Amino acid sequence: MSDGKVNPVLPPPSLSVGVIGWIKKNLFPSWFSGVLTVVLGYFIISSLIPFIDWAILKADFIGESPADCTSEGACWVFIGTRLDFFIYGFYPESEHWRVNVIYLIFGLIIVPQFFSAVSARIKMILGVFGVTVFPALSFVMIYGSETFGLPIVGTSVWGGLTLTLILAYVGIVAAIPIGILLALGRRSDMPLVRALCVVFIEFWRGVPLITILFMASVMLPLFLPDGVTFDRLLRALIGITLFQSAYMAEVIRGGLQAIPKGQYEAAEALGLGYWQGMGLIILPQALKIVIPGIVNTLISLFKDTTLVLVIGLFDLLRAVQATIIDPAWRNVATEGYIFAAFVFWVFCYSMSRYSQMLERKLHTGHKR
Amino acid sequence: MNQETELIQPPAQVASKAVKGEAIIKVIDMHKWYEQFHVLRGLNLEVSKGERIVICGPSGSGKSTFIRCINRLEEHQRGQIIVDGIELTDDLRNIDTIRREVGMVFQHFNLFPHLTVLENCCLAPIWVRKTPRKEAEQIAMKYLERVKIPDQAKKYPGQLSGGQQQRVAIARSLCMNPKIMLFDEPTSALDPEMIKEVLDVMIELAESGMTMLCVTHEMGFAKTVADRVIFMDQGEIVEQGIPKEFFGNPREARTRQFLQQILNH
Ligand SMILES: Nc1ncnc2c1ncn2[C@@H]1O[C@H](COP(=O)(O)OP(=O)(O)O)[C@@H](O)[C@H]1O
Ligand SMILES: [Mg+2]
Repeated sequence: MSDGKVNPVLPPPSLSVGVIGWIKKNLFPSWFSGVLTVVLGYFIISSLIPFIDWAILKADFIGESPADCTSEGACWVFIGTRLDFFIYGFYPESEHWRVNVIYLIFGLIIVPQFFSAVSARIKMILGVFGVTVFPALSFVMIYGSETFGLPIVGTSVWGGLTLTLILAYVGIVAAIPIGILLALGRRSDMPLVRALCVVFIEFWRGVPLITILFMASVMLPLFLPDGVTFDRLLRALIGITLFQSAYMAEVIRGGLQAIPKGQYEAAEALGLGYWQGMGLIILPQALKIVIPGIVNTLISLFKDTTLVLVIGLFDLLRAVQATIIDPAWRNVATEGYIFAAFVFWVFCYSMSRYSQMLERKLHTGHKR
Repeated sequence: MNQETELIQPPAQVASKAVKGEAIIKVIDMHKWYEQFHVLRGLNLEVSKGERIVICGPSGSGKSTFIRCINRLEEHQRGQIIVDGIELTDDLRNIDTIRREVGMVFQHFNLFPHLTVLENCCLAPIWVRKTPRKEAEQIAMKYLERVKIPDQAKKYPGQLSGGQQQRVAIARSLCMNPKIMLFDEPTSALDPEMIKEVLDVMIELAESGMTMLCVTHEMGFAKTVADRVIFMDQGEIVEQGIPKEFFGNPREARTRQFLQQILNH
């Protein structure tokens, strides 16, 4: 280029662009990958076709009774007729509207979080509302209140997806702050605080959740004085929350450890106090680093709520299990479980997507 | 290094603004240990208001530890440190008061990467000094102009060059309106072409009458602005003096050896 000529700007070679380029680059880059593509492709297609055939092409969607399931495909009619039960459990039908109001508000809080057009400020306000007023409001609406003329509906009839979501939501909203406090405590300068946090975390992490739930339902009443009853749902909630907050604490501690010492020092040198430094400098960065870990924990929390069936709570999975044995229908277990799996998947996948969005949004340029 | 000669050439020594007799920092027979390791061994130092002090010495001699003791990022175990009339003890209120009055600039900038440049600067005034946000932002912009990067206010630290980041760090400290500024090798993590822009800001700051304690090996800077140069080795102050004497006629063999190494470097 010393002769002053400038190299021309060239288009990329045609092999690397377009459909053909993509296929060659991604599916057949070498003979081994090519063989793998063909073999895997064969397995995927050969198992997908019968499934689509069963689940969609030959399935019955419309109807009200077992008699409407005439074809050899899936009997989705069954799901349709039991949908109310799957959503509300034994919650009295006349009061379903109360739960629906809460679902509506829940949607209004959650859905905007997924849209970048909504301003950060509104998302923030909705978020704060979601973790403060909303839980209280939900309790009043779902449990009822004499003051507001809403008949009391005891927790023993709560069930289905509603119960699953209550367990998961309360678990998530409570486990994160408790986890943060435990993580900070475990790194505290005060030996007593540190010891308490370590013992707490290691205890809850060391015991299977199912054991905790059994203990909460069977053993706890033995220790309580006669006549004192302790709501079964509340016990499950406490068990799940404390169990998950121990995991959460360890995830968050990982984030705290990843923050360079210089950040703590800069915060101190500027005169920020402990809580200011943590809240404004350290935690925002630490939590951002461990978003994948936090969401991982939240997803497992969501799925672990199904374990409450061992103490007789009627969550979504238990509701499905209870209905598929109805002899009036031909064997609909597959449909039931696929439905339950699908609902769980939708919620868990949404959390996963949301966390990816959040990570992208919080990215602020190059790493140091 | 080029800019060193550049800085030495003009004989224009920045006029001293030190107010003699009015000690703003007093260090009296101060000792510090890391576990068994006696890192600072009986330091004595008095710094007058407006005085500019450069501390140099070989790596590991305890320079960082020393200035970090002055805003209590490190704790000393014996002797006294009195800053602006307040003795540094375990009393948390004293520590808070002193940290408000003492700014610090680190080797690795330590900007907050999740906040914009402007937010970095406003954070402490808003939360520590309780300055209203509007006012804090005005002050921050004033200092960002002084370090010549007002146009970067909305960017994140990760989007700036090292020299720009260090200037933001200086502005961030100044926003707290400190009486004393501590610098711990502010240019040694920078690429050579960025050292000058940071030193220029520091020279300007020195001209404004700020009390400065600066750990640096930029001898050109020391000659231009320092009222006093201190040489530390193995946790002790070996020698100190005005730059002319210190560089022209060092008394101690250790100082001579060190200066030789630095200047031949
Ligand atoms: N946190 C620490 N724990 C133990 N030893 C340390 C610690 N920080 C520094 N030191 C030791 O103290 C000595 C002085 O360190 P430092 O003040 O950083 O020196 P300088 O800044 O002059 O290079 C070094 O020998 C270093 O290894
Ligand atoms: Mg050092």
